[in-house]
Amino acid sequence: MRWKQRGFRVTLPLLAVGAAVLLSGCGVSKQSALAPVGPVARAQLGMFWESLAIMTGIFVIVVAVFLYSLIRFRARKTDTGLPKQVHGNTTLEIAWTIIPIVLLVFLAIPTVHYAYAFGDVPPNAMKVDVVGHQFWWEFDYPGSGVTTANQVHIPVNTKVDFVLTSADVIHSFWVPRLGGKTDLIPGRVNNLWLESNQTGTFYGQCAQLCGAGHAYMKFTVLVQTQAAYDAWLQSMQHPTVSVTTPLEQAGMKLFSQDCATCHTIGGTAFNGKVGPNLTELMQRPTIAAGTLTNTPANLAQWLHNPPAVKPGALMPNLHLSQTQIQSLVAFLETLK
Amino acid sequence: MAAIPERLAGIHHETRTYTGIWSWLASVDHKKIGIMYIVSALFFMAFGGAEALIVRLQLWQPNNHLVSAETFNQLFTMHGVTMIFLVAMPILIGFINAIVPLQIGARDVAFPRMNALSLWLFVFGGLFLYSSFLFGSMPDAGWFNYVPLSGAHYSPGVGIDFYDIGLQITGIGTLMTAINFLVTILNMRAPGMRLLRMPLFTWSALITMLLILFAFPPITVNLILQMFDRLFGANFFNIAGGGNALLWQNLFWIFGHPEVYIVILPAFGIISEIVPVFAKKVLFGYESMAMALSIIAFLSFMVWTHHMFADGLGPVVNSIFAITSMLIAVPTGIKIFNWLATLWGGRIHFKTAMMYALSFIPLFVIGGVSGVMLAMAPADLQYNDSYFVVAHFHYVLFGGTLMGALAGLYYWFPKIWGRVLNETLGKWNFWLVFIGFNVTFFPMHIVGLEGMPRRIATYSAGYGWTIWNQVSTVGAFILLVGMLILLYNLITTFMRKADAPGDPWDGRALEWATSSPAPEYNFAQTPLVRARDAFWVEKYEGDGTVPAAEPAGPIHMPSPSLAPIGIAFTLVLAGYGAVLHSAVIGGFFLLVTFWQIGRSLVAEDHGYHVTPQIGGGSQ
Repeated sequence: MRWKQRGFRVTLPLLAVGAAVLLSGCGVSKQSALAPVGPVARAQLGMFWESLAIMTGIFVIVVAVFLYSLIRFRARKTDTGLPKQVHGNTTLEIAWTIIPIVLLVFLAIPTVHYAYAFGDVPPNAMKVDVVGHQFWWEFDYPGSGVTTANQVHIPVNTKVDFVLTSADVIHSFWVPRLGGKTDLIPGRVNNLWLESNQTGTFYGQCAQLCGAGHAYMKFTVLVQTQAAYDAWLQSMQHPTVSVTTPLEQAGMKLFSQDCATCHTIGGTAFNGKVGPNLTELMQRPTIAAGTLTNTPANLAQWLHNPPAVKPGALMPNLHLSQTQIQSLVAFLETLK
Repeated sequence: MAAIPERLAGIHHETRTYTGIWSWLASVDHKKIGIMYIVSALFFMAFGGAEALIVRLQLWQPNNHLVSAETFNQLFTMHGVTMIFLVAMPILIGFINAIVPLQIGARDVAFPRMNALSLWLFVFGGLFLYSSFLFGSMPDAGWFNYVPLSGAHYSPGVGIDFYDIGLQITGIGTLMTAINFLVTILNMRAPGMRLLRMPLFTWSALITMLLILFAFPPITVNLILQMFDRLFGANFFNIAGGGNALLWQNLFWIFGHPEVYIVILPAFGIISEIVPVFAKKVLFGYESMAMALSIIAFLSFMVWTHHMFADGLGPVVNSIFAITSMLIAVPTGIKIFNWLATLWGGRIHFKTAMMYALSFIPLFVIGGVSGVMLAMAPADLQYNDSYFVVAHFHYVLFGGTLMGALAGLYYWFPKIWGRVLNETLGKWNFWLVFIGFNVTFFPMHIVGLEGMPRRIATYSAGYGWTIWNQVSTVGAFILLVGMLILLYNLITTFMRKADAPGDPWDGRALEWATSSPAPEYNFAQTPLVRARDAFWVEKYEGDGTVPAAEPAGPIHMPSPSLAPIGIAFTLVLAGYGAVLHSAVIGGFFLLVTFWQIGRSLVAEDHGYHVTPQIGGGSQ
C-alpha cells in the first residue's frame, strides 16, 4: 500500500506538469484548438478537458492496478503449486459494468447539449457563403455582391453562419481557434456557425483530403472591429483600379488576354469565375491559398509556374516571359 | 496398411502428391495455409512499413520536398490499404487458420479447398494492388477512398481501378474465410467442446467471422458501384449526374467500423489465451468475456456515422451515434478489467509473448479512452481528420492489433514452426517496438490538437508542429530497429533444429496437446473434451493426456489441389483486363476462372488415408 501512495505522490504532479508542458507550454498556438478565441472552440476545449480528466483518471487507475499486479504477483523461485484459481466475482463484474456507464452519462450530457447548440444556427447570424475549390477558398457575402478568396473578413463578437458548399470534391473548413470543422460536400449545403471574441488573424486550412494540393489549401480569418469590417465591405463594393505607369498598363493588357477568362477584378471589366476573385488582392497577407506571403517576388514566382508552387494547382504554367511577369506583378500590385 | 479396417480397404484411392514448393502451392492443410497467410502478411508489412517511414521522413521538417505531394498521397493511401487489408486481417486470419482447428480438436476446416482459394485470392489481390506501381498510378485517395475525389473525373489514372478491383478480389477471399470458419467452428468441434468450453481465441474467431459476413457486403457493393462508375460511366457517385457523395461514406463506414473490430477481436482472443497461461491462472470472467465480444460486435454496426460527424448530418444523428459509440466502452472495459483480475493473484512469467500481451493492456486503454473522447460528436469536430485521430487509431491498430499479433507470434511460433523464438532477442524486440511505438504515436495527439490535419504532404514553420513531427520520425526509426530484430529472430530461429516440445508454455487449450508442429492430421485420435481449458484440466486434474473420442485408425484427408491457386490467378488476370479497359482480356480470363471453378466443383475428391503412428501426434 505504501508503495502505491508513494507512486501517486510522484506521478500525479509529474503528470500535471507534463500535460501542461506538452499541451500549451511550447508557446506556439497559431492554429491550435487549445487556444480558443470564441464560444464554440471554448466549449469544445471544455469538453476536451472534461473528457481528458475522466479518461486520465481511468487510465491511471488501470495502470496502477496493472503495474501493482506485475510487481506484486511476478513469479518467484520460491513459488510452489498453483495460485488460487478464481473464475469470477459477480459483485466486481457488476461494478465495473455500472461505473463506466455512470461516467459515460457525464460525457453524454454535454455531448447532446452541444450537438444541438452547434447544430442549430442562431437565427440572426451573419451569413458568409464558403465555396471549396481545388485548392482554394471562395468567400461570398450574400446581398453585398462582394466576393473574395482565401481570406475571410468577419466582425468581432458576431455569430457568423458559414454556408458551406463545394465546387468539386469534398473539402473541410477548419479554423481551430474559432471552432471545429465541417465538410464542404458537393451536392449538399452545410452550415457551421462560429464567433470570435478577439480581433486578429486566425489560421485555417482544409482538413479533408482533396487531392495533390490538399496541404496547400489554407486560408485566414481576419476578425475586425465592426467599423473596420464595414469599411472593408464598403471598399470591396466600390473598388477602384488606377493604372498609371506603362508597365502597369502593359500588365493590365496582358491580364485581359491571359487571365481575365478565369479571374474577376472588381472595378474592371474582368469577370472570369474559374479562379479566385482578385479584387483588392494587395489586402491579403498571402497568395496561392496561404502557400506564399504576398510579396512581388512571390507573385512573380507563382506566375512563373503555379503548379510548381502549389501541387495540383489548376492554374497552368502560362510560360510567361520575365518581362510579362514583371508587368503582371506591377499591375497586380495596384489592386489595393 | 494392416491397420486399415476391412470396410475401408476397398475405398483406398490414389492421390496425387506434391513435393517441394508445389506441396505449398497445392496445399489445402489449414496449418500450411496459416503459415502462408502469416508470411505473406509479414511480406506486405515490409512494404507498408517502408511507406510509413518515407511519410515520416517527408514530415521531418517544414516545406520538405523529399517526395512530391502526389507521391505522398499514394504513400499514405497504400500504407493504410496495406496495413488494414494486407497485414492486419491476413496475419490474424493466419493465426485463426493455424490454431482454431487445433483448439477445437478438428482435423481441418470445413472446406479445405475453399480455404486455399481464400489464401490465394488475398496473396494475388495484394500483389495486384501493388502492381499498380508498374502502371504509373497507385491508389491515392486515402484508404477510405472518398468520392468524388476518387471518381473518374478527379482521379483519371488507373490507381483507383486497382483499389476497386484489388479489394474486391481480396474481399471475396475474406468472405469465403468467414463462411469456412463459421461452419468449422459451429460444426466441427470435438465431442464435448460445447460453445461455452471453447477457448476465447476461438470465440473471438467465431464473432470475427460473423462480423466479416455482415460487414463485407456493403464494401463490396461500394466497390462494384464505383467500378461501374469508372469503367462503364455509371453515375452512382457522380454528383453532376445525380449521384450522392454520402452514399459512398455510409456504405464504406458500415463496413469500416466493424472492420476495426474484425482486426481487434482476434487480438482480444490472443490476449485472453496468453494472459492466463503466463499468469498460471484461469481466465477471470470467461462468460462475460464471450458476452463482451458479442456485444461489441453487435454495437459495431450501429456507430458508423461517428466517422462522419463533420459531414453536417445534424444534431439528432450525431447525438444518437455519439451515445452508441460511447456504449462500446462498456464491454471493452469489461475485457480490460477481466484481464487485470486474471493477473491479480497470479504467478506472472515475463516471457516475450506475455510482455507483448501485457503491453496491449495500457496501449489499448489509451486508444480506447481517446476513442471515447472522439465519440463526443461536438468535440470531435476539432479532432476529426486531425493527427489526434491518427494517434487514436494507431494506438488501437498498432498498440492493439499488432501488439496482439506479435504476442501471438511469440506464443504460437513453436506450435506453428516447431521452434521457440529466442527470448533475449525477443526482449530487445519488444522493448524497442514498445518504446518506438509510443515515441512515434503519442506526440500525434498533441500535434493534432495543435491543428495539424492528417494527410498533408507538408506544413509551414511557425505552427509548433516541427518538433513533434521530428519526435515521431525518430520513434519510427526506433520501431524499425525493433522490427528488424524481430526479423532476425524469426530467421535465425527458423534455421535452428525443430526441437520444440508439444507444450512449451504449460498451455491450457487443445493446440498444446499435440506435437509441435502438429502432424498433418492434427490429432491421432479426435480428443474428448471434458472441460473448459481442456488440456490444462487433464494435466492438473487428470493423467496429463486428453482422452480420445474415437478408436485409433486411418485418417481420411483431403487431397491437395492446384485448382485454388489457378482460380485466383486467372481471376487476377481478369482484373487486369478490367483495369486496362479490355473486354477481351477481362472476359477471357473470367471465362477461364469460371471454367476452373466448374471443373473443380464436378471433380470428385476421394481424398486419401494416412495411418498415424500410435502415440504419435500427442503429448
